[in-house]
Amino acid sequence: MHTYRITHVTTYHYEAEVSVSHHLLHLQPRTLPRQRVRGFDVVVQPVPSTRAPRIDAFGNHSEVVTIEGAHRHMEIVMGCLVEVDPAPAKEGVETPSWEEVARACSAEGWSDAVEAGEFRFDSPQVRRGPACVAFARHSFPAGRRWLDGVRDLCRRIHGEFEFDPRATTVSTPVEQVLSGRRGVCQDFAHVMLGCLRSLGLPARYVSGYIETVPPPGQARLVGADATHAWVSSYCPGLGWIDLDPTNGLLPSERHVTVAWGRDFSDVSPVRGVLVGSGNHVLRVSVDVEPVADEA
Amino acid sequence: MKDVHAKPATGHGSLAGYRSMPGVHDELRAADGSLRPAWSALMPRLLALGAPELVRRRDTALRLLREHGVTYNVYGSDDGLSRGWILDLVPACVTAQEWAGIERGLVQRARLMDLLLADLYGRQVALKEGWLPAPLIHASGGYLRACHGLQPPGGRHLYLHAVDLARRPDGSWCVLADRTQAPSGAGYALENRIIVSRVLPDDFRECGVARLAGFFGALRDGLRAATPRPAATPCVVVLTPGPYNETYFEHSYLARYLGFPLVEGGDLTVRDRRVYLKTLEGLRPVDVILRRVDDTFCDPLELRPDSFLGVAGLVDAARAGHVVIANALGAGVVESPAMLQYLPRLARGWLGEDLLLPGAQTWWAGTPDGLRAALASPERMVWKRTFGGAADPVFGEEQDRVDRDRFVARVKASPTEHVAQERVELSTTPLWTGERWEPRPMVLRAYIAADGQGGHVVMPGGLARFSPSPDSPVVSSQRGGGAKDTWVLAEGPVEPVTLLRPGGQVVRLERAPADVPSRVADNLFWLGRYAERLEHHARLLRATFNRLGGESTPDAQAELAGLVQAWVSLGHFPDRFGREAGEAELAEGLMALVTSAQRPGSVREILGRLRYITSGVRDRLSNDTWRIFQRLQGNGRAGSGATRAEDVPALLNTLVMDLAAFSGMELENMTRGHAWRFLEVGRRLERGMNLLDLTRAVVRTGGHGPATLVPLLEVADSVMTYRRRYFEQVHLATVLDLLLADESNPRALAFQLETLAEHLEFLPRDRWTSGEPAEQRALFQVVEALQGADLGELGARAETGDAEDLDALIGRLAAGLRSISDHLTLRYFSHAVVRTS
Repeated sequence: MHTYRITHVTTYHYEAEVSVSHHLLHLQPRTLPRQRVRGFDVVVQPVPSTRAPRIDAFGNHSEVVTIEGAHRHMEIVMGCLVEVDPAPAKEGVETPSWEEVARACSAEGWSDAVEAGEFRFDSPQVRRGPACVAFARHSFPAGRRWLDGVRDLCRRIHGEFEFDPRATTVSTPVEQVLSGRRGVCQDFAHVMLGCLRSLGLPARYVSGYIETVPPPGQARLVGADATHAWVSSYCPGLGWIDLDPTNGLLPSERHVTVAWGRDFSDVSPVRGVLVGSGNHVLRVSVDVEPVADEA
Repeated sequence: MKDVHAKPATGHGSLAGYRSMPGVHDELRAADGSLRPAWSALMPRLLALGAPELVRRRDTALRLLREHGVTYNVYGSDDGLSRGWILDLVPACVTAQEWAGIERGLVQRARLMDLLLADLYGRQVALKEGWLPAPLIHASGGYLRACHGLQPPGGRHLYLHAVDLARRPDGSWCVLADRTQAPSGAGYALENRIIVSRVLPDDFRECGVARLAGFFGALRDGLRAATPRPAATPCVVVLTPGPYNETYFEHSYLARYLGFPLVEGGDLTVRDRRVYLKTLEGLRPVDVILRRVDDTFCDPLELRPDSFLGVAGLVDAARAGHVVIANALGAGVVESPAMLQYLPRLARGWLGEDLLLPGAQTWWAGTPDGLRAALASPERMVWKRTFGGAADPVFGEEQDRVDRDRFVARVKASPTEHVAQERVELSTTPLWTGERWEPRPMVLRAYIAADGQGGHVVMPGGLARFSPSPDSPVVSSQRGGGAKDTWVLAEGPVEPVTLLRPGGQVVRLERAPADVPSRVADNLFWLGRYAERLEHHARLLRATFNRLGGESTPDAQAELAGLVQAWVSLGHFPDRFGREAGEAELAEGLMALVTSAQRPGSVREILGRLRYITSGVRDRLSNDTWRIFQRLQGNGRAGSGATRAEDVPALLNTLVMDLAAFSGMELENMTRGHAWRFLEVGRRLERGMNLLDLTRAVVRTGGHGPATLVPLLEVADSVMTYRRRYFEQVHLATVLDLLLADESNPRALAFQLETLAEHLEFLPRDRWTSGEPAEQRALFQVVEALQGADLGELGARAETGDAEDLDALIGRLAAGLRSISDHLTLRYFSHAVVRTS
């Protein structure tokens, strides 16, 4: 088990005064079978006039925060303490073929697989195109076991794409990332979603963190010091299995899950609308610090 | 309607030549040629009127439509805004007996849809029981995840629901589509009724037509009763995307008819999870929103972040139960044509009833069975997009082999996206083309409203739409079809209903001047400014055009030269125009100031601005005022095509008269609220600025004799006064006194300043401003500067060639007026930009 103390600071500096701002937050980590949230707090400055926390359609914690009165600066500080258990090893696990998974998820009637099928379709930021199918096909020849297929796809994205924060923006379409082969974790997650969904396999977007400083002897993972994103895909009998295409691995105890949805637009950590003119400067810092012997 | 004039009736008022299509139900006549019961009263009356009379009444209907400004904006059309609504004066007729059956089916359908929406955004029993295939919801972009778990206050999702009905060849009715997120057309149905009942008054009275007012009364009461704050007087608003929307006319029309303010997204704001209307006097809580903005555009925070039409935080305000949105956000999900396939099962599941109004036979290709059935005979299907909203349907029978194969391949590649529907042979209804009767395929859009008591009310009638040609199966206003009123003909006498509240009921007096959204004040301010600017330009142009040719008065030639100098000085012509432009070049330049749409300040350009502004405040203008503007625009349109200089003075005369009618209407008919004050402030400021600019231009031309001063007096409409007072001697000093300092001359600057002072005093103050507002200080400075000036001396000096001080004074006065305008804009209108991050 690993324990992390996470600090996630978002600051806005506005060029001109803002009279009202509304922000939608997805910052509170989920409680999951192998993830426990021991402490959590979000402090917003200036003090919001309203805060409305709730559970969203996907079971995530979310909150709408409104600040009234002229302000030129805003800060959101999230702090939490999270315990994560290792994921069970997948070696030697037998899974059905990917075609069988796709069939189960599109069957008539109601089942867990059909429920998971919600994540088979296009979403606001992930539109399946021919390039998705073409790229995915290499990992999913006819009859291949589901687990082998998804792992292979994950490894290939890791291998064939280059991490490049300047190549994309938060709204770069999947097809463009596929042709440019560059981007950040959010793009790689979106590419993988597009590929899996183009084969009829359910896949959802996971937003979270990974530890900043690696344990001795282990490599530092890409995506630290920032929010991270990866993918989860569904297999009947096995449930939802996480895959991190940015690092080409199956997440275990070094990933902390905050929220999931169809794509980034469902779970972006901080999304805002403000009334005022002028531009703003946004700064984000994330620190994921392992805590020793605190269990 | 075709614009064809009547020819002599062949066989006096006969139906000769009316041939219904084989295999189709004709609304007018049965198979044996006899009139059907619904038409037995009306048709003989229409035939008895005869063709010439029908033409006359058709023309009256056209005129009324134009005067009422009934428009339908067609996307992508060249004239952009506002195309006339096409209305046939002959209504579609249904017997009350038949209608009663339809009504039961519609009410059942509205109940069912409400249950379905509550379930889809709640427990989703319909999916778990298998009544509805889960992918139909999971794949839908119309299923708003942000609204999952959101149960609206009162539990109702639908307040207004529209259903497109068609009649099959066997005479039975079936449903082609449901409109649930922001159904359009109810207002057009009402407008159609008002016009048709006026052009066919006797027939309307004597045929026993069921009235529509009761339906709208129920809709209004239902919306009021929906308020989440039952203790307070509910504030209901109509939310429109704005004048560029295709059905904007209807939004403002309905808002006025129902008595609710018409607002745009920018007029609303969310604070403390509550929605407020930004009025001049501050924020006013909003309880119920009748929205005409589509689902995903309603909130940039939780729905489409790129939407500028919505209100940030609206979803959360609804979630908190502080506002009722009619219809509930996310209601669009059940508009999918695929729903038709599953409604019978849902009706049995929830209501334990059979569906009374069957839908057209429908197969969703998203299930294996559906796909098989749909592709068994693709050529017989009408193909629709499952989640495509208003995308045009594809008719299988119109495709050739290649197209169809390609299309079938597309369906197989993305079956979820496609719905196949049987091609329903639409019934035909008689259309009077202006020369004969023709059968036209028709679809009837019916409306169901939630009343205030938990039940439903069906509009007796609806919006009947017919296709542009006898054999076209598409009825769509976007595609050039037309509309008809629909008469449900009762057997007994009809109780008249009006929207006036019945006697005995306590009416709350509402006299507060509040409720003027800042945007509306902004528009009225500019309405005042542009109306005044147009008048000024029309007068200045008229003075110039009248002198072209040089024969109209003995001094015409000299005065024309003076005027041209003034135009140059005002910046409308290059310098050399004043020296060397010949008559032809001059005429051409002046024509451009009338007809060129690109030329800032041309008559045509100002008319365009006025058109946009008046359509944005349509709900604030009386019908008579609106009619004046329609006439103004019509005259302007006709005139701005003019190519001959000699036609222009007549056009300008008409415009000046129309504008005078508007001023009179404003003076006599507008309540002295804030809206009126802003209109007035705009007008007074503009008049003052125009006067100063023109006076300065005249002073700068250096000529201070009658040749420049007489036209100045003429444009300022002060010739009579001047002559009465000073007889024939025209001097700069006396002209300045009359035009600037004379408080009794309604055209003089002093008069404008005095009026402005009074208006500014009455404008609403917010509680944060202390002391005298900046615009009042600026006005005071202008008044001081004017009163402190010795116009007699300045004028006399200018006449001897030393005009510097006079020029500076006028410049100071004009700058002062402009700064008042800026201060007002800053205080009352500045809509800080809304952005997403």
